Amino acid sequence: MNMNEVPAGAVRGDGGDAADLSAHAADFPILSRPVRGKRLAYLDNAATTQKPEVVIEAERRFYRESNANIHRGVHWLSQHATDLYEGARERVRSFLNAARVEEIVFTRGTTESINLVAQSWARNTLQPGDEILITAMEHHSNIVPWQFVCEQTGAVLKVVPINDAGELVLEAFDELLGPRTRLLAITEVSNALGTVNAVAPLIRRARAVGARVLVDGAQAVAHMPVDVRALGCDFYAFSGHKLYGPTGIGVLYARHELLQAMPPWQGGGSMIETVSFERSTFAPAPQRFEAGTPHIAGAVALATAIDYVLEVGLERIGAHEHALLEKATAAVQALPGVRIIGTAAHKAGVLSLVVDGIHPHDLGTILDADGVAIRAGHHCAMPVMTRYGIPGTARASFALYNNDEDVDALVRAIRKAQDMFGGRR
Amino acid sequence: MSGHEGFGDLRELYQEVIFDHNRQPRNFHSMADADHVAEGHNPLCGDQLTVYLKVADGVVQDVSFVGHGCAISTASASLMTEAVKGRPVDEVEALFRDFHALLTDAPPEGRDFGKLEVLAGVREFPARVKCATLAWHTLHNALEGGGTAKTE
Repeated sequence: MNMNEVPAGAVRGDGGDAADLSAHAADFPILSRPVRGKRLAYLDNAATTQKPEVVIEAERRFYRESNANIHRGVHWLSQHATDLYEGARERVRSFLNAARVEEIVFTRGTTESINLVAQSWARNTLQPGDEILITAMEHHSNIVPWQFVCEQTGAVLKVVPINDAGELVLEAFDELLGPRTRLLAITEVSNALGTVNAVAPLIRRARAVGARVLVDGAQAVAHMPVDVRALGCDFYAFSGHKLYGPTGIGVLYARHELLQAMPPWQGGGSMIETVSFERSTFAPAPQRFEAGTPHIAGAVALATAIDYVLEVGLERIGAHEHALLEKATAAVQALPGVRIIGTAAHKAGVLSLVVDGIHPHDLGTILDADGVAIRAGHHCAMPVMTRYGIPGTARASFALYNNDEDVDALVRAIRKAQDMFGGRR
Repeated sequence: MSGHEGFGDLRELYQEVIFDHNRQPRNFHSMADADHVAEGHNPLCGDQLTVYLKVADGVVQDVSFVGHGCAISTASASLMTEAVKGRPVDEVEALFRDFHALLTDAPPEGRDFGKLEVLAGVREFPARVKCATLAWHTLHNALEGGGTAKTE
């Protein structure tokens, strides 16, 4: 199925048919393997998603039929690999609805994408006293790179607080956004709380005061259509592996005029124009930001993953996951001693919870014994845990292949943990 | 793998002694006149504890801990305080080495671990070894002169 003609952001499939993705679970070979002798209920999708057969096969096929280094060979296979790699870039451009293919940089993942912006753009742009505005629900990868920049430039980090439900306090956003704000760096979906931020109006307000905006899309791209031109952001970062693609490949979208003006941040092969011992000149973007041999097979397989989710339909995926989230939320709320962390009005498929008297790590181990894979801990969002006064949570997160049986297994295993811990008091 | 009660291997990990020591940790208090103190931290799961010691004539005269963590780390810390109190420091260090081996590879022959044996079930759960050893690493650091122990 050729999705090239479908404009990004358009409703794909019939969005109302929320529950009927069951046939797609069979696309994921790993889901049929037992874990600890039990049926696997994989609910750790916010950490990484499983890979459909087409993605696994795309990477395998690249190495079997197309492998060569890119942008440097005169031989046929090198040109072929280059075409596939650059074709993948075009698929990403279309997926994000970016205006130009040169606005797409391949990276190792969201973390590297954000670090690229921090070290290439922010470090060379910000002055002492300039402000970087982030939010209290950011992943460490959208906090620490800015702390580096603040140390390097004398800029100041400001943080928009969240309320008890895990939503941004918008009044505080308006107060913190000011003439010194040079950058707003904000997540579209919180990995720890599931909160979906309505980023478009915040981007407009930030740009109105002259700030640039980076959107962390790591938790968004697999759950909702993204259109960087409709958002109006300057930078958008995401990882392939949370989008049913391989690990080690990610994307930075950067507005063309910004990217063209940004200096390289890593030196090496592929990113140069000419090199002498006196001076080197650099290739235009995006090659300037892709030093060394990139994860070629990863980029090619990421393009296949994009084709796959577009074929299933992002609107349908989002609706399906939301139905599972609602079912799971109602079921765990009915259990005594369970507290949900993150109760925003608008959430993606993340259910973070704590259980009275059971440490999240113990809960994770007990669930694992029943084949229920969740994440236990701080989810690389320690400030969020501090905000709620807890060491961590147990987090179930949903993907297109999850179903009611997974939710039932989750709830059953939580009850078992309560039985083990609580029943003996 | 799966036992008749439906808890399977879990019962090896979460034995009654673990629940008991998690609910009512022994020697769970700070010690104002301690002569050795160290803090332990497991950044991955947020476990945090402080171990206090009084050592005289090369013997652990008294030991206590405070902090918070999962059932495995709390119970292990509690059991550790019971196991090392009154023992010579070199025996304590040897016990740490053997205990670590018990949790990670082959248990040393001929060693009687006493109650610590209940933690052997951790071996089947490699992700939890750090929980069971955090208190011991911290104790070791306290004996070596303080500092922060980290397991992850």
